Amino acid sequence: MEWNWDHAFAVLPQLADGLVVTIQATIVASLLAYVLGLGIAILKMSKSKFTRVSLYWVTEFVRRTPILVQLYVVFYVLPDFGIFLEAFTCGVIVLGIHFSTYTSEVFRAGIDNVPKGQWEAAKSLNYNPLQTWKNVILPQAIPPMIPPLANYLITMFKETPLLAAITVVELFRAADQYSNSHYTYLEPMTLVGIFFLIVSIPSAMLAMKLEKKFKQAKTA
Amino acid sequence: MNEVIAFYPILIKGTITTIQLTVMGAILALVISFIVGLARISKFRSVRVIAIIYLEFFRGSSALVQMFFIYFVLPMWGIYFDALTAGVVACGLNVGAYGSEVVRGAILAVGKEQHEASQALNYSVYKKYRYVIIPQAIPIMIPTFGNLLIELLKLTAVASLITISDLTFMAQIIRVQTALTLEPFLLILVIYFIIASILVKLVDLIAKKFSKGRNIMTAGDK
Repeated sequence: MEWNWDHAFAVLPQLADGLVVTIQATIVASLLAYVLGLGIAILKMSKSKFTRVSLYWVTEFVRRTPILVQLYVVFYVLPDFGIFLEAFTCGVIVLGIHFSTYTSEVFRAGIDNVPKGQWEAAKSLNYNPLQTWKNVILPQAIPPMIPPLANYLITMFKETPLLAAITVVELFRAADQYSNSHYTYLEPMTLVGIFFLIVSIPSAMLAMKLEKKFKQAKTA
Repeated sequence: MNEVIAFYPILIKGTITTIQLTVMGAILALVISFIVGLARISKFRSVRVIAIIYLEFFRGSSALVQMFFIYFVLPMWGIYFDALTAGVVACGLNVGAYGSEVVRGAILAVGKEQHEASQALNYSVYKKYRYVIIPQAIPIMIPTFGNLLIELLKLTAVASLITISDLTFMAQIIRVQTALTLEPFLLILVIYFIIASILVKLVDLIAKKFSKGRNIMTAGDK
């Protein structure tokens, strides 16, 4: 089958609209993943063994099951309980929760890397927990976390096509709709692939640069 | 729930398909990981460039897009795959790209003195990698390969979108036929979790076996 430029140009505006939705979903989902992940990381340091163990199994359950099925659960099951959410909201919530279990590991490693003396120093200054976290721990823990968190942002971007399965018209579904109505998969799918590469390869390079920068800062 | 249990024959069938996809995808991914990972450290620039193009292509675009491309676009060029093969190929190519980085990283982590020792023994390049470098790199790879295996299992659910009747596909059938939503999806989530947990245990065992007598940290160590 020959490449048809008419199809390629006709599908572009729809892909552009889709790309906007994809990027919106990525940003909102990643913010959710970061906030939740930090919360999980802090809770996992709890003194209560019950909290730690139950949290471990909940996060493992989320990590070891497919995002697609989790999307179906939220999308199809919640309405049965009288909760009606837009497909986009469902998708963002699922992506955010799924990746919060990954980002929580990044946060935990980052927090673990802050020397014990810093906690003791905060204590000796009579800081309360909020002050300790806000003024002492997080400012030191966050910079080295940025590269891995950026990598998860890129991973989430590449997972957004799954939202198509619950009717969100993002980049991939926009292409799929065109394919179905014009009986051609070649141009739309190729273009979607190119769109993904255009966004993710430079972002990955940027993340790698960040990583190098923080490594140098640490050894200097 | 009883209504869902009544569908157990297709659930079992779906589970088998999911496991098939995972195992075959894992074998393909493993082979590709080694080929591409070794190509990345080749002496020849052209080999390295091809490996990088492959890596960036499959890591940079989305797995679902790759799957649709293989299943819907390639037939237009006369390359036909049945759905299951397309699923295995897509899963294997995608995870293989990530795996190649694991292989490369592990091989580079083997100390320089090992290369020198092989040279002192007058080993050929093949013998050096076969008997000295790779055996020491494998224990380093195993924990990360374990994580990738779980990612692969999760990726197989996406294959239901190209009409493969795996667990996720079967859950959709049950949903449509019984109008139940919570039960079928919850049930398959538990099945996925059990399969994943078995794989995690299995990888732990393999890691322990390989690290025996070696001073290398495994996933379980603190």
